[in-house]
Amino acid sequence: MTEHYDDHIMGKAYDGQMMRRLLGYLRPYGRHVALAIVLIILISALKIIGPYLTKIAIDRYIAAADLAGLGKLGLIYLAILVALFGLEYLQTFLLNSIGQRVMYDLRMQIFSHTQKLDVAYFDRTPVGRMMTRITSDVDALNELFTSGVVTIFGDIVNLSGIILALFLMNYRLAGLVFSVLPLIILVTLIFKIKVRENYRQVRKLIARMNSFLQESITGMMVIQIFGREPRKFQHFESINKDHLDANLQAILYYALFYPGIELLSAVSIGLVIWYGGGQVVLGAMTLGALVAFLQYSERFFQPISDLTEKYNILQTAMASAERIFTLLDTPSAIATPAEPISPAQAKGAIEFHRVWFAYKDENWVLRDISFAVKEGERLAIVGATGSGKTTLINLLTRFYDVPRGEILVDGINIKQMDLYDLRRRFSVVLQDVFLFSGTVESNIRLYDENITLEQVREAASLVHLDRFIDRLPKGYEEEVRERGSSFSVGEKQLLSFARALAFDPRILILDEATSSVDTETEILIQDAIQQLMKGRTSIVIAHRLSTIQDADRIIVLHKGTIRETGTHQELLAQRGIYHRLYQLQYKEQYGRRPHVTNVPSVE
Amino acid sequence: MFKTYSLYRLLPYLQRYRFKLFYGAACLLVTNVFALAQPWILKKVIDSLSLEITTEKLLFYSGLVVGFSFAEGLFRFLMRRILIGVSRYIEYDLRNDFFAHMEKLSLSFFHRMKTGDLMSRSTNDLGAVRMVLGPGIMYSMNTLVISTVATILLFSISWRLTLIALLPLVFVSICVKKFGEEIHKRFDKIQEQYAEISAKAQENLSGIRVVKAYAREESEIRSFETLNRLYVQKALALVRVSGAFHPLLGLLLGFSSVALLWIGGRQVIEHRMTLGDMVAFMGYLAMLIWPTIALGWVVNIFQRGAASMSRMLRIWDTVPEIRDGDDLAPVDRISGEIEFCHLTFSYEPGQAPALKDINLQIPQGATLAIVGKTGAGKSTLVNLILRIYDPPPGALLVDGVPVERIPLAVLRSHIGYVPQETFLFSDTVKENMAFGVAQGDPQEVERVAKVADIYDDVMSFPNHFDTLVGERGITLSGGQKQRTAIARALLTDPRILILDDALSSVDTYTEEKILRGLSAVMRQRTTILISHRISTVKRADHIIVLDEGRIVEQGRHEDLLTLGGLYAELNKKQLLEEELAEF
Ligand SMILES: Nc1ncnc2c1ncn2[C@@H]1O[C@H](COP(=O)(O)OP(=O)(O)OP(=O)(O)O)[C@@H](O)[C@H]1O
Ligand SMILES: Nc1ncnc2c1ncn2[C@@H]1O[C@H](COP(=O)(O)OP(=O)(O)OP(=O)(O)O)[C@@H](O)[C@H]1O
Ligand SMILES: [Mg+2]
Ligand SMILES: [Mg+2]
Repeated sequence: MTEHYDDHIMGKAYDGQMMRRLLGYLRPYGRHVALAIVLIILISALKIIGPYLTKIAIDRYIAAADLAGLGKLGLIYLAILVALFGLEYLQTFLLNSIGQRVMYDLRMQIFSHTQKLDVAYFDRTPVGRMMTRITSDVDALNELFTSGVVTIFGDIVNLSGIILALFLMNYRLAGLVFSVLPLIILVTLIFKIKVRENYRQVRKLIARMNSFLQESITGMMVIQIFGREPRKFQHFESINKDHLDANLQAILYYALFYPGIELLSAVSIGLVIWYGGGQVVLGAMTLGALVAFLQYSERFFQPISDLTEKYNILQTAMASAERIFTLLDTPSAIATPAEPISPAQAKGAIEFHRVWFAYKDENWVLRDISFAVKEGERLAIVGATGSGKTTLINLLTRFYDVPRGEILVDGINIKQMDLYDLRRRFSVVLQDVFLFSGTVESNIRLYDENITLEQVREAASLVHLDRFIDRLPKGYEEEVRERGSSFSVGEKQLLSFARALAFDPRILILDEATSSVDTETEILIQDAIQQLMKGRTSIVIAHRLSTIQDADRIIVLHKGTIRETGTHQELLAQRGIYHRLYQLQYKEQYGRRPHVTNVPSVE
Repeated sequence: MFKTYSLYRLLPYLQRYRFKLFYGAACLLVTNVFALAQPWILKKVIDSLSLEITTEKLLFYSGLVVGFSFAEGLFRFLMRRILIGVSRYIEYDLRNDFFAHMEKLSLSFFHRMKTGDLMSRSTNDLGAVRMVLGPGIMYSMNTLVISTVATILLFSISWRLTLIALLPLVFVSICVKKFGEEIHKRFDKIQEQYAEISAKAQENLSGIRVVKAYAREESEIRSFETLNRLYVQKALALVRVSGAFHPLLGLLLGFSSVALLWIGGRQVIEHRMTLGDMVAFMGYLAMLIWPTIALGWVVNIFQRGAASMSRMLRIWDTVPEIRDGDDLAPVDRISGEIEFCHLTFSYEPGQAPALKDINLQIPQGATLAIVGKTGAGKSTLVNLILRIYDPPPGALLVDGVPVERIPLAVLRSHIGYVPQETFLFSDTVKENMAFGVAQGDPQEVERVAKVADIYDDVMSFPNHFDTLVGERGITLSGGQKQRTAIARALLTDPRILILDDALSSVDTYTEEKILRGLSAVMRQRTTILISHRISTVKRADHIIVLDEGRIVEQGRHEDLLTLGGLYAELNKKQLLEEELAEF
């Protein structure tokens, strides 16, 4: 299993720059946020009043046996409670709706960004990993917005209110209560260091578990057929076990930490009883004040353990934010230039000029490729597997950019054209067929409203899929499952072929578009395409030479270089690679099979 | 509780850790005893402060507070470790079992479900269930203990006051029930929507090349937006309910405090109760606040957990369609004879059959070739041999035994299969080739790589056999993927070799080389070869022509040519193409 850099991003728990960027997402909801902050401050303030009311009740009314006063106080308390209810509900709803909106924005932003990223990025990044950005990482930020950022104001108000109240009532006693603070800070610091390391481990294991799961689910057929279940299970179990161990470790830390804080708070309460009790005996302090003091001290420590909880949220969120921002900051290597040039006319002329290309470093897959396709010409590309045919197409549609040389479409370098404008000129039947879940119709049309149902039907009948579709219970509305799993491979290929035709392109590109289709259908389609593409440019890649022999020109690609070009007849006359391929495919049918071993080396 | 039946299915797992759970519960009890003693100490302090009290006495009480708190902390530590620990153990068990169960499910199941959906069930939903097992159980026990004991103590201080103070709790329980149901319902909807978002993103990202090739980015973003917006709506619908829950509980409990202030205060004034009593009463009432709030939280956890558990159960309760039956034949080796007797098969009951009345016998070691149009049923036929789908009982025999009676593991381990669509794992080339064997002996790997004619390609990669291929083998060319899959099948040294159009993406030259290499391999094994090219199938011992699920012609190449049917027609077409080109 490959490890990825972003699994290791664990966040600094607090990073000012990132926080500012995160808070930027709250800006559109500035007013709501402000209101939420006001609400939370009000709520905290109201909550602090409680023990103080107790003090008044004891000292002023109970001690003075003032029943009426007690009644009034009760009413005030009641009013506060009702107000609290309203405010809290409002605040919760407000915060959550802000959180949800921010999540919505984030998800849209991430998803939109992934749509812009270049294909090479997808080559190196597993889908599961990008999924995590859109799902759990965004969730972690929601947690931050709903229970982190804003409520922290509440905690601050709470703490400062309590500190103020304590000092006002008796500053010496207050000093005593706070004497345990350094210890609490120390304990918290140690805890943080431990938990951080552990958290990193857990995140890594979760990421590993998810990508393992994802791949196992998609490849389950291969796993089952090769009887690999026990070993896959073992592998899964071992990741799971590491995950368990890491979590048990975390539990240990938490189990130590919380009681630790409680113990320290008990110490300070003990101090209050001992010293404060003495004061009451001496008459330096009222009984009510002591009771209020005790209640405040208890409440003082609650927000502190809350803050640690929030620290966790913060840490998780920061790590997620970093991963999300890393994705968002990944520029697409392939983008529309600032001032795109649009060819005067969409004719469909293509030119490769001294193109070199490597997927990685200097591992050239294509070397010095030059050729031109005139408007309306039909070009065929043949060559051994792995010789770079698909790569050629990938470059033409700008899935990858060429490092050396240039590619022109209608006389303009494709790097200077608008990306969508460029790609809309082509319809490509990719070698790897991909169907989306949806319906037959939506797979042909890809939800493009400009394509009418008529055109969809037309395209389907061109590839002779209409009879098959008509037999389906729901016809064009028939459900297509993920990756088209209920169709035969040939049917899938035809469906993706129909898609290309429905888009009515200037330039049609077929990369092994009928490799899984039977000969009869193939011939029929070929005739239909020939009609359809009259006057339009097309590029056809095929191993079955029958598919291409009436092309205007054939290019023979060998190990990334063009070795032969010409028409079928010219190439046969050259007696080179093409001739040999041709011999192999057909001559043997007369029993005159050439010996493969005697094929002259091409070098 | 309400609508949480699905959680009963967790009982066997809890059972496994019953001793731990018991110790955990005991610790929890002790923890709370010490916790609950503390307001009592305060009562003592305050009551004695009204009288005379010595500094020693005060010191003693302070010491008591600290001591009790220490004891409480100790047991709380044990409680958390044990109870939360158990939830992690069970999570571990659940996750293993869930994965193991998925491994058993048949392919039709994986075709029905979306990957994104399965993923969200095995991660998100499992997480929600874990919350029930850990914090859920711990806090509900806690709530139970504290509220019972606190209530008893409250009664012991003043039963009348207690009755009044606890009156609002009746409303609390009503509240919990009503809200719980509503939360459950709304949460279920959210999870469903969440799964949909995941599935959408998942598919889009997997098919990104198509999206880009057709410049469909904008419309993809729009449809993602629709799902996303729905999600926000559903999430807010939940908040509208759950947001009121907590504050409402707070309010109800607040009523108790007010009642205490009024009535308790009067009693103290009238000297029917001491001030210390009242303070302790307040303390215990405050202690009830946390469990009640926790209750709201716990209810949430339980409802979410139950919703998630039932989503997981929908998978868990799916019985694998393909599995070993009860009357297994004692087969542990397969020599490779295959027979179809009047086999008719449809994918869905009531649907037109994909295969009709297939009768066929393939002797051990023979080579069968299948040709036929797109969608004729070729792949279906071989899939039945592998039991990717189950044939009707008794209609398909291997070595004279109905396949459904051969242990699945035995059957599949004797078949080498090159599927029509290649799936590779994002691992090294070597690991992919050695996928079907326990130990990938490097020499063996190289040998099969040569037979599949992929050796030279691999050696041209920067890291040779240790080169990583992308997801699904994305960084290999079409033909390289296919040849890797051939090598993978060969390495298992199978008795039956099935090549489902396995040379469709390679050029003729390579095809010829592979076929030549394979002919040695095929000699000793039963081989089934599916192809559209006459050149590939003509040397087979037996050729069948499938059309619309029926065998319409069969025999050797020459026989079929003389027959003058579909096969001869196909042959003519392929020859004709060539002659056309001969001009
Ligand atoms: N995304 C990629 N990343 C790295 N290397 C790649 C990638 N795609 C292809 N290659 C390599 O580039 C070379 C050319 O591949 P390409 O797909 O262009 O071949 P092809 O001519 O289309 O072959 P086939 O007929 O088998 O489809 C191969 O060696 C392949 O392994
Ligand atoms: N999982 C499935 N559920 C329902 N119908 C299916 C399923 N798989 C295949 N079919 C249908 O059964 C028929 C036979 O499919 P099969 O895959 O056997 O064809 P094939 O002969 O292998 O075709 P190809 O040459 O295209 O691979 C097709 O019409 C197909 O649509
Ligand atoms: Mg290719
Ligand atoms: Mg098939």
